[in-house]
Amino acid sequence: MTQSAVAGTSITPNIVAEHGLTADEYQLILKIMGRAPNLTELGIFSVMWSEHCSYKSSRRWLKRLPTEGPVVIQGPGENAGVIDIGDGQAVVFKMESHNHPSFIEPYQGAATGVGGIMRDVFTMGARPIANLNALRFGSPDDPKTRHLIAGVVAGIGGYGNCMGVPTVGGEVNFHSSYNGNILVNAMTVGLAQADRIFYSKAAGVGNPVIYVGAKTGRDGIHGATMASAEFNEDSEEKRPTVQVGDPFTEKLLLEACLELMATDAIVSIQDMGAAGLTSSSVEMSSKGGLGIEFDLDKVPVRETGMTAYEIMLSESQERMLMVLKPEAMEKARAIFEKWELDFAEIGRLTDTGRLVLKKDGKIQADMPVEPLVSEAPVYDRPTAATPAKAPVAASALPAIEPLAALKTLLACPDLASKRWIWEQYDYLVMGRTLQRPGGDAAVVRLPDSAKGLALATDCTPRYCFADPKMGGAQAVAESWRNLTAVGATPLAITDNMNFGNPQRPEIMGQFAGCVEGMREACLALDYPVVSGNVSLYNETNGKGILPTPAIGGVGLLKDASRSVSLSFKSEGDAILLLGETKGHVGQSIALRELAGREDGPPPPVDLAAERRHGDFVRALIAEGKLTACHDLSDGGLLVAVAEMAMAGRVGASLELPGEAKAAPLAWLFGEDQGRYLVTCAGAEAEALLARAQKAGVPALRLGRVGGPALTVAGHGSISVAELTRINEGWLPGYMGAAS
Amino acid sequence: MKSAVIVFPGSNREGDAWQALAEVTGSAPQLVWHRDSELPKVDLVVVPGGFSYGDYLRCGAIAAHSPIMREVKARAAKGMAVLGICNGFQILTEAGMLPGALLRNAALKFICRNIHLKVETSQTIFTGGYEQGQVLSVPVAHHDGNYHADAATLDRLEQSGRIAFRYCEPTGAVTPAGNPNGSARNIAGIFNETKTVLGLMPHPENAIDKLLGSVDGRGLFRGLAEALS
Repeated sequence: MTQSAVAGTSITPNIVAEHGLTADEYQLILKIMGRAPNLTELGIFSVMWSEHCSYKSSRRWLKRLPTEGPVVIQGPGENAGVIDIGDGQAVVFKMESHNHPSFIEPYQGAATGVGGIMRDVFTMGARPIANLNALRFGSPDDPKTRHLIAGVVAGIGGYGNCMGVPTVGGEVNFHSSYNGNILVNAMTVGLAQADRIFYSKAAGVGNPVIYVGAKTGRDGIHGATMASAEFNEDSEEKRPTVQVGDPFTEKLLLEACLELMATDAIVSIQDMGAAGLTSSSVEMSSKGGLGIEFDLDKVPVRETGMTAYEIMLSESQERMLMVLKPEAMEKARAIFEKWELDFAEIGRLTDTGRLVLKKDGKIQADMPVEPLVSEAPVYDRPTAATPAKAPVAASALPAIEPLAALKTLLACPDLASKRWIWEQYDYLVMGRTLQRPGGDAAVVRLPDSAKGLALATDCTPRYCFADPKMGGAQAVAESWRNLTAVGATPLAITDNMNFGNPQRPEIMGQFAGCVEGMREACLALDYPVVSGNVSLYNETNGKGILPTPAIGGVGLLKDASRSVSLSFKSEGDAILLLGETKGHVGQSIALRELAGREDGPPPPVDLAAERRHGDFVRALIAEGKLTACHDLSDGGLLVAVAEMAMAGRVGASLELPGEAKAAPLAWLFGEDQGRYLVTCAGAEAEALLARAQKAGVPALRLGRVGGPALTVAGHGSISVAELTRINEGWLPGYMGAAS
Repeated sequence: MKSAVIVFPGSNREGDAWQALAEVTGSAPQLVWHRDSELPKVDLVVVPGGFSYGDYLRCGAIAAHSPIMREVKARAAKGMAVLGICNGFQILTEAGMLPGALLRNAALKFICRNIHLKVETSQTIFTGGYEQGQVLSVPVAHHDGNYHADAATLDRLEQSGRIAFRYCEPTGAVTPAGNPNGSARNIAGIFNETKTVLGLMPHPENAIDKLLGSVDGRGLFRGLAEALS
């Protein structure tokens, strides 16, 4: 080295703290550098060691999750997970949070969340074929909630619709714990050739490093650090750290990248997401054990006078970093020119193992790459277990008529129809959406194939809060059940772990508990985790959100035309209930909505029974024996029957068994797990019940499909049209009141 | 029938249009890049849905002035059939090939749902596969599909049989309840004077497969193939 890095501003403890680094972490930086870092170097350490990039609080727990299996091509650690679906095809998928930006600026926060996760998927060589999301908003009574819903939904639609990727499914919950900290988790699923997956590991000393896509501006600087801090009253002042999305440019970037990927030009590729040019260059070079040298004067910029610090920390969207084979440079340049995108050779790979940044004829940073990753702090933070909750008796529910209770539940925010939301998403583009939003899982057919993918996002945060381990297991089990309910074989999941401040032992205890429950369920159901994202510090003024490990599941249908939906199909079909009903009231929606109580333990998850019941249902669907299938979850049995009736626009008559008579409300609205409602031709019912008994699956004939109303013997009747009016009315009414 | 589908960098239903043409008519269309200034010799050009050049300005405003649209306009003037779907309809109005404009939906939101369409005439190359008065179930997916023109233009369109489709209720009744986006007189699609150019907001190309919910869009492509072969 003939020249040493510019010193510039001297680093004070104040500057260290502003970068979210502790005094101990700074001491480690001094040791690694062998001198005081300059501001640019400090900035690079701060984003690489942020919670968001380093997983410093969660890493030791995430290792507990099963990440291997016969279908896994690539587990966590790359831009997205990759699984094998046969015939030389692979599915690439991941879910990622954009919580803090979406609270500060809902439209752009959500839009760039969608843009970011799509980039993660096409970076690996896959064309995105479906988007999903998992959204959590505060109480509808909170004055901000309407504004946040309107902005987030428009942002998700604005980006995904323009990209031409269908948004096919998702979930939405409301709870006051999200009042100051909503959750916006976006998932993208892509399709690739199994032997054409692209990775980020750099190789080849001297190879050119290419910047493509949009220009770099001052937006999003320190986004990753913001995502790693709690919120307070001043958070709105952080609006400049939210990036602005340009879906049209991303569409160009997608097409240009896929066109280039069809040639043999790329050595490695990494999108510039959180921590932008810093994390992409560090990840590529550290994985390859190489150094990297940038001439920052060559980075395409949107504004004049940007410093090395700003260029390295910008989170401007729609950008990619690639290492190309030198001989392919001209071909690659021509493709990006065709798509009218910037294409700039900004540096090259070196054998020094150092990240060297030059700008204005000076060395702006000179630091070792490896320790940025390997010496990132890992914390074994103290955990405190969540105390067990006392059981809640069936008598906790008020003595009201079941159909009156049903009306209340169907209009409550968590169970009301979300049509107002998903009709703002183009769920049909690409012309392969077999099952649309509103069912247990979306189903998209694969191009030129009989195969289909079933996709769903799931989590029941109130269960996780009451019993993290049971809640973690339930989230995975419900995902598995949802995919099974449309006839798919569940293959693998992505997880999006949304929690509060990990420095509080009870929060870390929630995290550890959820991971443990997820681990057990993944192992029992052969349902590995192949990608994920952790979002901590979801707190406002010291109050944490409900623990929310959102699960994104992917399943395979060999023959997508065999898939069944939840809607009742034909008059006279028999309605069968599979699984055991005990009337578990604790943590149920009924207990909350009818009795105003959020307590008790969540329903227990019996993973062996879950598997037995699910395998039985899947086999029946594959044989074409079922005409409809719906998993039982929030709201329990009668809500599920109503949903099937509304979807099919036909009623049903139910006859409750003797065991239900003692506490009909608990029986009808309890949330016992591992259950499905299915329909079949009336003449087949007895044979199916016998088969269920043989397979060890509790089964009960509950009634028949038919007529314009839902009738519960001894408890009256209500028209399906009236149920629909109630269920469809809440959200448009709530949002309409905004204008 | 030989056909082509125009591809702008932000088009996103060109594949859906390609699929529908290939599957229903048995002959795959050519894809034509927006920077090309020449069209192949074809009987039909489809301007597909999407966001042409991002549509950050008025939808289709920039695409209307692209090199390929100059060529489409010239060939249409000589009688070549042009079908503009969704963004394609917006582009055709911006290019002056069809009257009126597509404003923001009345509810100011993107709408993706199945709607019902009433076929206003079966006496054109586009609608020969349908009966007059037939009710179709076809999806819409747009943010700016609220058809607008002055009263005199609307009267003229009606009097000259240039309304192709109107939004309606499942019964076929043309009412405000059946109108998803506030379009004037429930207009979903219109023809040019010679009825060789059709622009419509709904997506017949997404209604060609029973598994996907409807096959009512097939008639349009089948009718075109019969009329133009």
